[in-house]
Amino acid sequence: MALLEIRNLHAHVEGNEILRGINLTVNAGEVHSIMGPNGSGKSTLAQVLAGKDAYEITEGEVIYNGKDLLDMEPDERACEGVFLAFQYPVEIPGVSTNYFLRAAVNAKRKHHGQDELDAVDFLELVKEKAALVELDSKLLNRAVNEGFSGGEKKRNEIFQMSVLDPTLAILDETDSGLDIDALKTVAHGVNTLRGPERAMIVVTHYQRLLDYIVPDFVHVLREGRIVKSGGKELALELEAKGYAWVDEEIKTAAAAS
Amino acid sequence: MSTATQSPTCVEEFAAQFERLEKNDAFTQSWFHPLRKAALANFVENGFPTTKDEDWRFTNIRGATSTEWAAAADDAKSIAKDALAQYCIGEVAATFVFVDGRYADALSSTDGVSNGVVVKRLADALDSDSAQLKPYLGQILKQKNNAFALLNTAFVEDGVYVFVPKNAVLDKPIHIVYASTANDRPTVSHPRTLIVAEDNAQASVVESFVGIGSANSLTISVTELAVGPGANLFHHKIVEEALNAYHFGTIGAWLDRDSRCTSTNVCVDGKLTRNNVESYLKGEGGCCTFNGLSMLRDEQLVDNHLRIEHVAPHCESWQYFKGIYDGASHGVFAGRIYVHDDAQKTDAKQTNQSLLLSDKAQIDSKPQLEIFADDVKCTHGATIGQIDEEAVFYLRARGLNETAARNMLVHAFANETLEQIAIDPLRERLEAIVLDRLPKG
Repeated sequence: MALLEIRNLHAHVEGNEILRGINLTVNAGEVHSIMGPNGSGKSTLAQVLAGKDAYEITEGEVIYNGKDLLDMEPDERACEGVFLAFQYPVEIPGVSTNYFLRAAVNAKRKHHGQDELDAVDFLELVKEKAALVELDSKLLNRAVNEGFSGGEKKRNEIFQMSVLDPTLAILDETDSGLDIDALKTVAHGVNTLRGPERAMIVVTHYQRLLDYIVPDFVHVLREGRIVKSGGKELALELEAKGYAWVDEEIKTAAAAS
Repeated sequence: MSTATQSPTCVEEFAAQFERLEKNDAFTQSWFHPLRKAALANFVENGFPTTKDEDWRFTNIRGATSTEWAAAADDAKSIAKDALAQYCIGEVAATFVFVDGRYADALSSTDGVSNGVVVKRLADALDSDSAQLKPYLGQILKQKNNAFALLNTAFVEDGVYVFVPKNAVLDKPIHIVYASTANDRPTVSHPRTLIVAEDNAQASVVESFVGIGSANSLTISVTELAVGPGANLFHHKIVEEALNAYHFGTIGAWLDRDSRCTSTNVCVDGKLTRNNVESYLKGEGGCCTFNGLSMLRDEQLVDNHLRIEHVAPHCESWQYFKGIYDGASHGVFAGRIYVHDDAQKTDAKQTNQSLLLSDKAQIDSKPQLEIFADDVKCTHGATIGQIDEEAVFYLRARGLNETAARNMLVHAFANETLEQIAIDPLRERLEAIVLDRLPKG
């Protein structure tokens, strides 16, 4: 059984159809990259999977680990192992990363009938994971993302991901706004988390990230549909030829049929 | 304003009470009597404010001014120590407890006071320390139209006088509890606190205004803070009056050169609470901070009115007021920064942030700047809003359920103010109150 099975997914926001029939199967252990130009629906797909209620699902289904994902609340999805690294991480004044993350870890543990982590064990865990993405642990005692640089925010996302140890990680343009050093650090963090039990969906506009996080599959999203899928070479081809090339191909294919 | 159209009974009743007090020689022979008399005359002439007065536009006090208030019986009512236990703030240098305005000896103690620090009942200090009191008592507040401060000056019987001499540092806080209890008749008290910190002195004082049971009380308080050169004063005012209690409090502060005064005002209960603050930065390099947090529900109202006057150059003033409004509660904030023409290099900031948890809650926020100097930095900002839904989603996407996520955000909002309180047991207790108010689930 696939870890994630998206079938004919349609989603609207304020009357506009953004996703127009997405089909995607992701197995445990795989890294899928979703590429596409601005406005193609990449971020919408990521947010719909995480449970953002701004989107109305009009058709289709998403089966995650044998369960109806769309039927779950966002927190239930998180507890079941879905993690979204936000494109624009939210600043939360007055709440430190450590404080909320411990609450999140314990919510997940409780969900799975495990004992809560005490402060000492939690700090141990946090220290190890922060080092992984070279995140200054002092930042963790500060309000979430408040006054963080762009790079710090993204590293904080990957740090949280490593602490929460998800089964399905969705990275929404985690590379945007990063300089090359920060990008390498983030990619290293992500690569460390790759494993046979875990799947990742890496949403990106640029091929650059995929030099560091090498995907098993690349999908091109165009106007709310996956119009082309392939291996990691597809990303390079896209980089060289641009998204217009995909359009041309589709046209040619349509004319030939 | 005229007294003819509004609550003359109540104004006349106060005037009659004053006449009765004047039959007592001790009352009229005190050095303070002329100040009382002048204050009363001023009050009688102007009466109580109404919503027609700009400063009272959003706060209707008819409920308070149409009631006949009487002072409590002469002897302090005894209340169980247990009833006060919950208000404890840990280790203190001194505790003063007043019940319905009367000093409660059995509940008070001054064991931890040393270093030449004086902490005593104001009723005693009026006689014994008159020379020390005269430059301050009744001298700090300059606004002449504050009916409630006038009433306090006219009627004040007791309260606390704190004197911290030059270079003395009080390492534990002084706790003053003004408790109101349920009485047969609506009961008024006029407590007053005067804190004088001399050069480079440091002290921390907590004033708790608490309602025990369903007290039908009116508290008209004045707190005077005289902060000497280089002194550092931490003042806290916690309002936990009874659910049907009225509270009209005035805080006046004088800051001498290079002094610091931080006053944190937390209101969590009471029917109607008005806090007036007047602060005068009189010497160069002074810095005053006023923090406020209101957490209201039902039909409670808290009105914070501040007037910060920058008289001398190179002073700083900060106002951070926050409110969390549930039910049909109502918050009012008006902060005025007044910069005199000599007060160059003033750095003043004022923010008022409101979190509305219900559609029926209401907030009126009014920043005012009056600047007569040309080289100053004055900023103000007000935000009024609901909980940030993006933040709720972010927390939920990490596994917190909706209630937990919302509560965490409200708690954090309140905590930004509570974190400023350095007295751990006090801060923890207030935090617990905030948490207790949040929905469970």
